[in-house]
Amino acid sequence: MTEGVQVSGSLRTRLAITLTGGAAVLAVLLFIVVRNYAAQIAQQGQDSILSASVTSILDAAVIRDGVVEIDFPYASFSMLSTPMDDRIFYAIYQDDTLLSGYGDLPRTSGTATRAYQGSPVRLVTASRVLIGANVRTRISVTVAQTQDALSGTLSRISRNVALFGAGFFALATLLSIWATATTIEPLKRLTTSVTRRGPQDLSPVAKPVPLEMVPLVASLNSLMARLGQSLKQSEDFIAEAAHRVRTPLATVRSYAEATLQRVDREENRQALRSMIRAIDESSRAAGQLLDHAMITFRADHLERDDLDLVDLLRELVLRLTPVAEMKDIDLHLQADGPVIINGDPILLQNALRNLIDNALKYAPGESVITIRVDAQPRVQVEIRDQGPGFPPDEIDGLTGRFSRGRNAAGTIGSGLGLTIAQDVAAAHGGTLALSNLPEGGACVTFSL
Amino acid sequence: MPKKRERDPVKFLLVEDNADLAAAICSRMQLDGHVIDHADTIQDAIAFSETGEYDLILLDIMLPDGDGRTFLQRHRAGKRDTPVIVLTARSQVSDRISMLDLGADDYVTKPFDHEELQARCRAVLRRKSGTAQTVMQIGDVAFDPVAGHLTVAGEVVNLRNRELRLLELLFNAPGQILAKQKLVDRLFSYDEDVSENAVEVYIGRLRKHLDRSSLRITTLRGLGYRLDHD
Repeated sequence: MTEGVQVSGSLRTRLAITLTGGAAVLAVLLFIVVRNYAAQIAQQGQDSILSASVTSILDAAVIRDGVVEIDFPYASFSMLSTPMDDRIFYAIYQDDTLLSGYGDLPRTSGTATRAYQGSPVRLVTASRVLIGANVRTRISVTVAQTQDALSGTLSRISRNVALFGAGFFALATLLSIWATATTIEPLKRLTTSVTRRGPQDLSPVAKPVPLEMVPLVASLNSLMARLGQSLKQSEDFIAEAAHRVRTPLATVRSYAEATLQRVDREENRQALRSMIRAIDESSRAAGQLLDHAMITFRADHLERDDLDLVDLLRELVLRLTPVAEMKDIDLHLQADGPVIINGDPILLQNALRNLIDNALKYAPGESVITIRVDAQPRVQVEIRDQGPGFPPDEIDGLTGRFSRGRNAAGTIGSGLGLTIAQDVAAAHGGTLALSNLPEGGACVTFSL
Repeated sequence: MPKKRERDPVKFLLVEDNADLAAAICSRMQLDGHVIDHADTIQDAIAFSETGEYDLILLDIMLPDGDGRTFLQRHRAGKRDTPVIVLTARSQVSDRISMLDLGADDYVTKPFDHEELQARCRAVLRRKSGTAQTVMQIGDVAFDPVAGHLTVAGEVVNLRNRELRLLELLFNAPGQILAKQKLVDRLFSYDEDVSENAVEVYIGRLRKHLDRSSLRITTLRGLGYRLDHD
């Protein structure tokens, strides 16, 4: 059912990609934000301890007898101890003169991160003006610490955040698959309900659909309504056309028949008979062409139903008996019991009618036509007559469209009867076989 | 020649809007000795069928004031059991089914063979036997063309279809000469290739049936046959 439809992407894929892509972007963003925030917090912690250390050293600085004295409090460095044994450096300057510590420690103001002795260190610098007797001097203290513990903590946090992000992504992906499925579901349900329809079912979709699908379903319904209307119109047109053509033909035929009863001259009678034959020929051809068109249309969409083949044939035989009686032909229906099959009753009726019609046309008067229905080994209808049989050399080509047997010359027909029967058999997965009976007469086997 | 003919002719109602076709059917029916009334609208058809007693209604489906099926429904709803044969221009099987469902007894597709229409009328009347009294009596022979049998001296003889149709033609025109070729046209369909001699077989059979009666079929060489009564 998908041939001839141009495909542009898939709603499902598009929706899934959008949802999981969004989830991935969110997960990465989450990772970056959480990690940066954690880094900032950790850095603030180190900075405040370093500041406290610097402040405690500055607090310990005094001027005694004009000389600066600093008695390092024990806590100044012990507060900086970390599980990673980060190294601590310091430098104390008095008005740009190194009093104590590492002279090569970079001099900065406030807080900063610098490389020192091959690893990044965090430096905090603060200064204080000391005023003694006649002395006024500025003490500047820098305390630095390597960042091993900090980066350890950070990488631990990063790992956890990454795991959390991945988990978030996985969950979001599952959710997006579920969301895609639930969103697509009404579309699938609509497709199924439209696909499962019979060919004649052009009723509007009645099941409730989501708001977004309403315009689609509304236009689908209006399309089906228009299609139904145009089908109805063409059916009416065919019926009207058939009526317009067949009624005058019927008039001509009735007049010709009535006139034939009154006319005595043989040449006039011959002309009237030819007229009647031509009318029969054209009306039969028109009927079979319409039937054939209908069968070609219906064969693609069989309207199957459980039916009793014997019942169907009994009705046909009843219907055709008056015609058979005119030639004193007996129609014998043989069956052992009901034969229930699944098929299109209208097509089967048409096909079997054509076969019995054929037998009636070719069988001689006061003969017997036997219609036998079998259920085993396969369902088949066999129609035997006592007519001339099929020409043996033409038997294979007779089911072709418009082909007629050589011995059909004197009989009215369009050559579509066997084609119709074969098409109907094929549409039901069956076959039509023609043969001649050893005792004479034709045998047509319609198998399903 | 003494001639005694007792028969209530079969009375038809034809509902057909095409005046030419209606005229052709009527003239043909009258030729066969039937009585036929013609209505060309559903309205007329309802009026006719309510006032007249008909044995059979021939109904066209497409009528100027509506669908013949409307008439069928009203006809059946009114508990009338006059049989109806539909004349349809359609050939689609489904349409035929719906007409039978609506209560038509049979149908013929236009253009139809008049002999086939007659055969179907006979079949329908036979199914509804008792509705029409159709026995024809000439001399000591009673002939019932609907039931398809002959009573000769109290003995019932069943007739085959062609014998029946041939005898009906003879009974409709006793004492008149019927040309052989005309009999062929009536007994055989137009696509059957038969010689005039084919009639002789059936004449022979009828003579056998009428053997012990007061009727005989006279051959007039070069002219045809005539039903005579002693």
